[in-house]
Amino acid sequence: MQTLYFDHSASTPPHEQVIRTMAEVMAAHYANPGSLHRAGGEALKLVERARASVAEWLGAKPQEVVFTSGGTESNNLAIKGIVGSVGRKRKHIVTSAVEHASVYQCVRQLEEAGVAVTVVPVDRDGRVSPEQVRAAVRDDTVLVSIMHVNNETGAIQPIREIGEALADCPHVRFHVDGVQAIAKIPVAWKDWGVDLYTGSAHKFRGPKGVGFLLVREGVRLAPLNAGGGQEHGMRSGTPNVPGIVAAAQALRLAMEGAEERRARWRALRRRILEGVREIPELVYNGSEREELQAPHIVNLSYPGMRPEVLVHTLEKNGILVSTQSACSSRSLQPSRVLKAMGFDDARAAGSIRISMGDEHDETAVELLLERLKQAVAELKPLAKTR
Amino acid sequence: MTEDWIIVRFGEITVKGRNRTRFEELMLARVKEALASFQSLTYDKAYGRLYIRLNGESFEKVADRLKDVFGIVSFSPAIRTENELAKIREAALAVMRAVDPPPRTFKVSVKRAYKGFPHDSREMNHLVGAHVLRNTPNLKVDVHQPEVELKVEIREEGTFVHCRTVPAAGGFPLGMNGKAMLLLSGGIDSPVAGWMMMRKGLELEAVHFHSYPYTSEQSKEKVVALAQRLAYYGGRMKLHVVPFTELQTRLARTGYEHLMVTLMRRAMLRIAERLAEKSGALALVTGESLGQVASQTLASINVIGRAATLPILRPLVAMDKLDIIRMAERIGTYETSILPYEDCCTLFVPKSPATNPNLRIVERAERRLGEDMERLIQEAVAGTETIEVTETERSDALRAGEERWF
Repeated sequence: MQTLYFDHSASTPPHEQVIRTMAEVMAAHYANPGSLHRAGGEALKLVERARASVAEWLGAKPQEVVFTSGGTESNNLAIKGIVGSVGRKRKHIVTSAVEHASVYQCVRQLEEAGVAVTVVPVDRDGRVSPEQVRAAVRDDTVLVSIMHVNNETGAIQPIREIGEALADCPHVRFHVDGVQAIAKIPVAWKDWGVDLYTGSAHKFRGPKGVGFLLVREGVRLAPLNAGGGQEHGMRSGTPNVPGIVAAAQALRLAMEGAEERRARWRALRRRILEGVREIPELVYNGSEREELQAPHIVNLSYPGMRPEVLVHTLEKNGILVSTQSACSSRSLQPSRVLKAMGFDDARAAGSIRISMGDEHDETAVELLLERLKQAVAELKPLAKTR
Repeated sequence: MTEDWIIVRFGEITVKGRNRTRFEELMLARVKEALASFQSLTYDKAYGRLYIRLNGESFEKVADRLKDVFGIVSFSPAIRTENELAKIREAALAVMRAVDPPPRTFKVSVKRAYKGFPHDSREMNHLVGAHVLRNTPNLKVDVHQPEVELKVEIREEGTFVHCRTVPAAGGFPLGMNGKAMLLLSGGIDSPVAGWMMMRKGLELEAVHFHSYPYTSEQSKEKVVALAQRLAYYGGRMKLHVVPFTELQTRLARTGYEHLMVTLMRRAMLRIAERLAEKSGALALVTGESLGQVASQTLASINVIGRAATLPILRPLVAMDKLDIIRMAERIGTYETSILPYEDCCTLFVPKSPATNPNLRIVERAERRLGEDMERLIQEAVAGTETIEVTETERSDALRAGEERWF
């Protein structure tokens, strides 16, 4: 049986060309880009070429790109970096109830250390309201951190509107976790008044262990680690040369033809929702307004069914999906995100996430629906009745 | 016996008594750098000159490179022999026989610098001349207008026989007179100005103002190409590419349209001066030529030049445009300079720029910018990209084929 991988929001299959590039760079340019000799200089050139390329695709200046080890580090660097760069004692952060763990837990940690936190709620579509975000800002607020696309539901946050609402708060930095958004939906972070924007390479068919934080010129960050002062002093540590080059290439490959891909995913997503409606046991978690959802993610619940059972049954039928997000799927707790959207425990604890990638077409989606139907039929006798 | 040696004559450095050793060592280093690709060459330093042994390398190829090394006045292919009459005669004949086509007239000029040699110059003229005449049919002596002047130099280290003197660039060896910062625009003049100052022994770094996206990547590439051509003469060169867009657009919004060029050039001098301070350069070099354009009237040169405190060297100040063009052609920068890509100097330029700017009004316009000016200058300096180039390589280039990784 053909296995279909519908878990692209967890991680993507790296592009073949990217794998080759990574291996070639690894073999040819092992020198430390900080070394003064020629080999070091060549490695540095590659990193800078990659930086220029990432900057160009994401509307940044090269000096605004800081390479990191991935989304989690970028989010921690943005949040702790801003908090750490402000000298005074009283500090306040605004964030949302549906953030990824790397933002949510990071903020929690700071809260324990004495930083005040306001968590703004989301509506039934999983979206924050820009007015509420603005209302949560206080005199001592140093940072607003709101994700761009939710990793569980695919809900798109009103980043542009939040940026506009924060325009009269020059003391507040605006961080956006864009890990699920890059190459999936348009990103105009600078135009939107965003100061810090997080990206991760393995979400767009690049290598794991490479990410970046876009840092608007003039924004100062306290580094997380003390060290050699690489990446304009914001991220010490020997740069991951092959990973960085491969990430830049993956980004280009993902951005070229992104529009066409987006249209294709939109059509496939419509078909999935249509098919799911024919399975009465399943409910869709997300907005009915297509423009408020990322094109590649569908979140479903089988209320009363433990989601890992559904995941395993689907896997037996050759379909790979996640419960909630891959990161929190081992916890077996009801989804924090779905609960924040106002769903009850049964629905919040029974969700699965289907996320698409380049390789999917209509045939794959029909196969997915067919096997989903089959799995639900298999499990139905075991479901708790509501 | 063949002309396996080159006599290299140093120019102005011979007049400098005190630091002579340093100069000669610098000269030797520059020659070795320039000829590094000819691996068989060996070098023999002597008083006020240098001998290069070809060891099979082609004289013509070595000569082609040598003629462009600053500090060399001239050089000659020569046969070197021991200080023995028979060997000197044999060498003289060999040199004469190598001349193609065979000359009809010649004369011998012997210089006996080594007084320990038994025959004096007059005797030697006869002894060598007679030997050549005896062994060469149809050759006559003409002391007034000879087709070939056969020179015999008897020195302590040996005798050199030659009949050809190739003129070279002259000047001082590069680096002998310190370092300066060249404002390199991409036009015809500034590379020539750079060449002229390098010829006077001045090591140069170049600064270029880039107003991306108003000016294209190609205009930057053009300047890199010019810097690479200058690096042919200088061995290597640092090119500082200054992001000038924000400062320039800010200046364009001051409302002093006719003073735009004056304000812009003053800002450039200030930035160049900061870069000069960073790299230890003690002067600025520009391609200004008196009266050439509105910004190069005496009044403009005065008002613009006051923005800098370092001396500004303007080697083209008294040259005609046609002579500058001829020079650009000769040093190999002209073809690149006339490529059509716009540089930042032609941006936001008013229809009638001031030819007689008033210093007080200019300073008032700058004061109006207040802290903005200083901030924008600092940002431009901080954002400057430095590319190191040699004639064939550049520090910002990837290895061949590596572009496929991106």
